[in-house]
Amino acid sequence: MTSSAATETGATPDTPDTPEPGDSPAPADAHPAGSDTDTGAAPGTGSGSGTGAGAVVDPFDRDILPAPRNAQLLLLRSLLRPHARRVWTAAIYLLVQQAAVQVGPLLVAYAIDHAIPAVRDGRHGALIAVACGYIGCGIASGVLQRVFIRIAARVSQDVLVDLRGRIFRHAQTLSLDFHERYTSGRLIARATSDVESIRELLNDGLDELIEVVLSGIYITALLLFLDWKLGLLTLVSYGPLYLAIRSYQGRAVEAYRRRSTAIAAVIVKFTETMNGIRPVKAFRREQPNDEAFAELNARHYRANGDAILEMARYVVWSRLIANITIAGIVLWGAYRVAGGGMALGVLAAFVLYLRRLYDPIDRLGMFLNSYQSAAASLEKIAGLLAQAPTVPEPEQPVPLPARGEGVLPGREVVFDEVRFAYRTGGEVLPTFDLRIPAGQIVAVVGATGAGKSTLAKLLARFYDPTDGRVLLDGVTLCDLGRDDLRRGVVMVTQEAFLFSGTVAENITIGRPDATREEVEAAAKAIGAHDFITALPDGYDTDVRKRGGRISAGQRQLVAFARALLADPAVLILDEATSSLDVPGEQAVQHAMDTVLRGRTAVIIAHRLSTVEIADRVLVMRAGRVIEDGTPAELIADDGHFAGLHQAWQDSLV
Amino acid sequence: MTSPTSDTTAPDSPHRSTVHSLVRLWPYVRPVRVRLAVSAVVAVAASCMSLFIPLVLKWMVDGPVQDRDPGGVWLGGGLVLLLGLLEAGLFGVRRWLVARPLAGVEAAMRKDLYEHLQRLPVDFHDRWASGQLLSRATMDLQILRMFLAFPLVFLVVNGATILIGFAILFTQAWLLGLVLLAPAVPLMILCSYFETSYALAARRAQDQAGDLATLVEESVLGIRIIKAFGRHRSQANAFRRQTRELWDTEIHKARLLSNIWAVIMTLPEIAIGAALVIGSLQVADHKLSAGTLVAFLSTALALRWPVESIGFLLAMSNESATAADRYFEVRDTPVVSDTDGTGAGARPDGIRLEGVRFRYPDAPPHTAELLRGIDLHIRPGETMALVGATGCGKTSLTALLPRLHRATGGRITLDGVDTAELSGDRLRELVAVAFEEPTLFSASVRENVAMGAGPAGAGEEDVRRALAVAQCDFVDALPQGLDTQVGEQGLSLSGGQRQRLALARAVVGRPQFLVLDDPLSALDVHTEALVEAALREVLRDTTALVVAHRPSTVMLADRVALLADGRIAAVGSHADLLRDSAEYRYLMSGGTPEHDDDALSALEGSDAR
Repeated sequence: MTSSAATETGATPDTPDTPEPGDSPAPADAHPAGSDTDTGAAPGTGSGSGTGAGAVVDPFDRDILPAPRNAQLLLLRSLLRPHARRVWTAAIYLLVQQAAVQVGPLLVAYAIDHAIPAVRDGRHGALIAVACGYIGCGIASGVLQRVFIRIAARVSQDVLVDLRGRIFRHAQTLSLDFHERYTSGRLIARATSDVESIRELLNDGLDELIEVVLSGIYITALLLFLDWKLGLLTLVSYGPLYLAIRSYQGRAVEAYRRRSTAIAAVIVKFTETMNGIRPVKAFRREQPNDEAFAELNARHYRANGDAILEMARYVVWSRLIANITIAGIVLWGAYRVAGGGMALGVLAAFVLYLRRLYDPIDRLGMFLNSYQSAAASLEKIAGLLAQAPTVPEPEQPVPLPARGEGVLPGREVVFDEVRFAYRTGGEVLPTFDLRIPAGQIVAVVGATGAGKSTLAKLLARFYDPTDGRVLLDGVTLCDLGRDDLRRGVVMVTQEAFLFSGTVAENITIGRPDATREEVEAAAKAIGAHDFITALPDGYDTDVRKRGGRISAGQRQLVAFARALLADPAVLILDEATSSLDVPGEQAVQHAMDTVLRGRTAVIIAHRLSTVEIADRVLVMRAGRVIEDGTPAELIADDGHFAGLHQAWQDSLV
Repeated sequence: MTSPTSDTTAPDSPHRSTVHSLVRLWPYVRPVRVRLAVSAVVAVAASCMSLFIPLVLKWMVDGPVQDRDPGGVWLGGGLVLLLGLLEAGLFGVRRWLVARPLAGVEAAMRKDLYEHLQRLPVDFHDRWASGQLLSRATMDLQILRMFLAFPLVFLVVNGATILIGFAILFTQAWLLGLVLLAPAVPLMILCSYFETSYALAARRAQDQAGDLATLVEESVLGIRIIKAFGRHRSQANAFRRQTRELWDTEIHKARLLSNIWAVIMTLPEIAIGAALVIGSLQVADHKLSAGTLVAFLSTALALRWPVESIGFLLAMSNESATAADRYFEVRDTPVVSDTDGTGAGARPDGIRLEGVRFRYPDAPPHTAELLRGIDLHIRPGETMALVGATGCGKTSLTALLPRLHRATGGRITLDGVDTAELSGDRLRELVAVAFEEPTLFSASVRENVAMGAGPAGAGEEDVRRALAVAQCDFVDALPQGLDTQVGEQGLSLSGGQRQRLALARAVVGRPQFLVLDDPLSALDVHTEALVEAALREVLRDTTALVVAHRPSTVMLADRVALLADGRIAAVGSHADLLRDSAEYRYLMSGGTPEHDDDALSALEGSDAR
């Protein structure tokens, strides 16, 4: 939104400072390398059974994922293809518009060299033509500019909507195993700050960049046409100008990179302090934090100053080159006009054109910056979009067999020769078979990393098994459509994440068409109704707003109400009761016994109280089921479970 | 999670005048005022150079060129070169003068904001999303630095340039000057009007982009829930709706932009065209020299940007004023003054709470107090478990001890000293806390644990001892052991691991008073037993308050306090309370909250085991 007639004096809202891609509040790019193990069962912890032996670098440690060559070009092309007609129309408008803009000085030359003598001869036709031409071109350039901006905005906004949508949908389709390795921070950075840097280029730079280049070409051509000798002199100035831009770019990339790293560090420290203000205060971190922050802040101060000075240096050089060229042309031109070798009007036109030519050059460096950062962002996004989902939707979904009347609502689960290993190598679950009859409640116990969660995730089809099949009432999970799958299997996890919105909205995630009565019934069944009604606005309390203080235990109850509402055939609880107190836990057990009666359930818990309601217990160690039986049998067996159970009994009253 | 819509979380400050808001920057500008002023003078000088070049041109055209005097041409060319070199040099000087000092202003303001925020009370932070604070510390400060570098200086410079330029135009040819001046004023007004409505649209687009970012963040963070319930479609619908809204706003912005561009391109061209025609007629009539016409058109071109810029600059100043308001809104929040008492209790007396009352400052007015007169005495060296129903205020009570929140009534004493008379630092030196949700900072395991001993830190031996208490043997298996980076920027640990590190942090400094908020919730049975055994050693000579959700945690304590209805309903041993309090029984072993014979007998049955 800057005038192309801006001189440095006009230093438009200091453009050089705007592109700071690291500024978004999701400073995920600042991850040190190798910071990415995330899952409980970290892949490759020690187990050397990796496929590619030696130092295998996990590509997920870097921001740029492996993608086919030209991925970003292909992406760009596929984004623009639907708008091909608009792009061409816009290009034509711009070509005509720039032509109209550049006619002005030509008319000045014509007026001085031809119209004025003609007027002196009493012929006004030429001057009238000049007047009409000038005003006509002025209006045309304005009107065309208006049309061009609108078309260009349509294209770029449509492209952005398309791009955002692709990232969003793709991120949703990618399997959990990808999410766990890529980390949420990076994914969010792709969808926000990287899209933002492309938006910045499209909104605030690209059309101007094109205009600068286009007007440069037009003007050069006109100058060569007006007087090829002076025109050539102008061409000569492009050499040093090019060098100045290149050297600026080289240095600026470095300076901006350092600055965005520095600001990212400032942001991380800042956010961490504010989010952890309780421990900060409790452990008297204020003073040490002040010092650490001052250090980071000072580093940003220096990097910031460097970046600004880099811009200053570029401006001085480009201006010097421009002004020397102007002086040279004025000198040589005037000399030739004085000698009668050139018309005065041509010199005037040259002076006016040169001004137009060189004015936007200060900002060229900045455009190139934002172009580069957008290109880098596009590369990262292309890498993300090139990831194929490892848990694909079936092409021809198979429906679940219908339930007969009077049959239990649960469904049978079979793990058929299932084996699971991370793609990086580490085997989590060696081949095993497991059958859970419809309606059975199975508790899975074992130490952290024993493979309990993996088992649950295979059943929920968060992962697909490396070998073998998981069957629900005889249908392979991979063949189930998404809707069928989620009516069949629902999983409640330990991290009870609440989406922004009201408490009621958070519960209806379980079943979007549920009525308020059904929501309340679910909350009542789980014992969450009382605390919810005690919130400032009851079920309509916004969980992100004031007064919406919801404890970890309460969040788990909400998550549970969600699952009750969903009413699945198979329910998986992955440590979903860890923050509940005894009454909360009992409410859950009660609900299992009443509302969810007859459902197949798989319960992972480190607290054995949950096991009490189980029909069957699986004890897992190192990916294998080492004990399997009813609680009573296992206690009697005096195995691992018996020991755990004894420890638990001792911890009770 | 950042809440992108600022106005809902931030109390709106009454709108003050632009100038008034910006004047508040003075304390920060003061140290750089000389450089800033010099830079303005230099910039005016540089602008004059570009205005003088056309004058030289005129002199050349009307003088040496007309007279066919190549020597004069050399002089003119030399002058143009000199002016050009000067202009470029002065621009450089101007930027060089202010680059580092203004980056310094930005840095100083950010540092002060950070230090201020760290000292604001916890309830302030409860009210403000960290994203809101962050945008003040980054975007707003950047806007302010740019304001000092550009609008502030260039309002002066471009104003001066316009005056000088039009003075030159008028002295050359007053009629042509008038023709050119005609569109200047409407152009300035239009630009300023446009920029105001554009800024509004831009702010809206920013908010919508923020909302969209929140949606994206949530759908990534909540991916397990979305997948678990197959809710892709409703997320996608919300996403589509919001992108559509953003699209509308962006298109609206583009329309505004296209309109103002049409005006900016057309109006001056028409004026210059008119000037060209009138000028040509005058040249033809020999009322005007050809050189003057050339100089005139060239000057007009040089003045285009300054004229158009005034509106933009004014609007930017407006925006900067908003940024300044947002910044000072936070800075103006007073830090509750801290007492500097560092006294230690003369006699061991443990922790006493007397008639302590509390309500959250942001609680809706009609709600009752959360704590309504807590009386509790924890004897020296004693461990007291705190038990109560979900949401009854246990965690809030623990926050009062290290004064993370201030009690609204009553008093709390440590060894007989009223905590209100202790400085925050001293108080928190005495009282160590492990929170329910363990927060690790981006630092090594060692640093995360050692910070529990206060700013001085703790030695390797103490850290190892604390890790042993919390059964953090997993630390040795981490890639770099104690020096492994954890937290946001490092290795992510499981909930149980984080909880154990937080526990180690709480005990590393051998505090006199210890507050543990459900410290074992995420541990499995086996680890829990081990931690308990080790913790018992630590608790033997520490006065401690332990929030407990289950019997196993209560086992750590000598006595138990039952919190109900904002008061301590009962204090006693676990067995006493089991016998005497139905509510306690309910909380510890479930059943029905009322006196229920069945539940009682069932309980007795299990007791008799």
